Amino acid sequence: MIQPDKTTNTNWTLLFLCWLLVSVSAMISIFFSSVLDYVPCVLCWYQRIFLFPLIFIFAAGLFPTFDRSVIKYALPLTIAGGLTALYHTLLYAGIIPENIQPCSQGVSCTEKYIELFGFVSIPMMSFFAFSALVTLLIILKRRTSK
Amino acid sequence: MKYALVGVTCLVLILAFVLGSNYYKDQQAQKYGFMAAENAKLFVRDHSPTLGSDDAKVYLVEFMDPACETCAVFAPFVKKIMADNPGKIKLVLRYAPFHDGADNFVKILEAARMQGKYWETLDVMFKTQNIWASHHNYQPERLWEVLPGAGVDIEQIKKDMHDPAIAKIIEQDMADVKTLNVQKTPGYFVNGKPLKTFGQKQLYQLIQSELDAKYRK
Repeated sequence: MIQPDKTTNTNWTLLFLCWLLVSVSAMISIFFSSVLDYVPCVLCWYQRIFLFPLIFIFAAGLFPTFDRSVIKYALPLTIAGGLTALYHTLLYAGIIPENIQPCSQGVSCTEKYIELFGFVSIPMMSFFAFSALVTLLIILKRRTSK
Repeated sequence: MKYALVGVTCLVLILAFVLGSNYYKDQQAQKYGFMAAENAKLFVRDHSPTLGSDDAKVYLVEFMDPACETCAVFAPFVKKIMADNPGKIKLVLRYAPFHDGADNFVKILEAARMQGKYWETLDVMFKTQNIWASHHNYQPERLWEVLPGAGVDIEQIKKDMHDPAIAKIIEQDMADVKTLNVQKTPGYFVNGKPLKTFGQKQLYQLIQSELDAKYRK
């Protein structure tokens, strides 16, 4: 029997957290669109494109044991998703003027659906999730590069 | 151990999703039930075209659009259910022309109603949809070619369709669409109960359950 050392265990747990965060985010996203019938705007779709594959990438990195190369594959997606979410959040907050936004048809990217506690919008939740992922992945990168 | 943890988490997430959506849909159904009791007019306006006996105890309210492909697919299905339960179901049509330009076809349909050819015209429109509304590429001029099949006076329709009374009907229906949160067409309510998941089977079951409740054997 190979005795898994403590560091590998912690790394596995961190990656598991990443996977859990991504899965919960994807689930909430699908809940909004399929159950609550919130139509996703163009920017939401870009973020979903960066988000959904991470479920499978992280899951693949968890088995049979923690695989550090998962960081390399997941980071570009999380950073791209985070930047899109940041742009979307700023657009939504009105800091970037709406007339330069790419969604002229269909649902407006500044359409208000829900705001938790009065200010947490859907793009903001997305931004929090992607930021947390980037942070977790950078921590993992540091821990494994020694 | 690891596999079990990830597997169980997956199951928990899926379960949470299913329970969450069921809970939400039940809440919605209750809300609509309350609306139906409080304000039946939201579902059936005086101007709404209806089909079936006035004594029917099951009201099938359909939010539709003559240019909607799925509405055309559902039309014969709804007719069949009504034919199978004579006198028990009343169909109420409401308009939800979501796409740009779709309201023009509602206007044509309402203008045909002035000539007493409402259901004939709707039938022709649904059957020839691929000619004039193929993939939301609306070509009203092609509709004029096929409409004589319904026995209507085209020139009269062209005049009548701009009647402000028709625009008012659409406006009222769209306001109710918003209140009732209808997002897609066809949108069905059976005695105020919304169709929770979309599909012919689900619609059939919902109508059947109302029939069973209202006409106990």
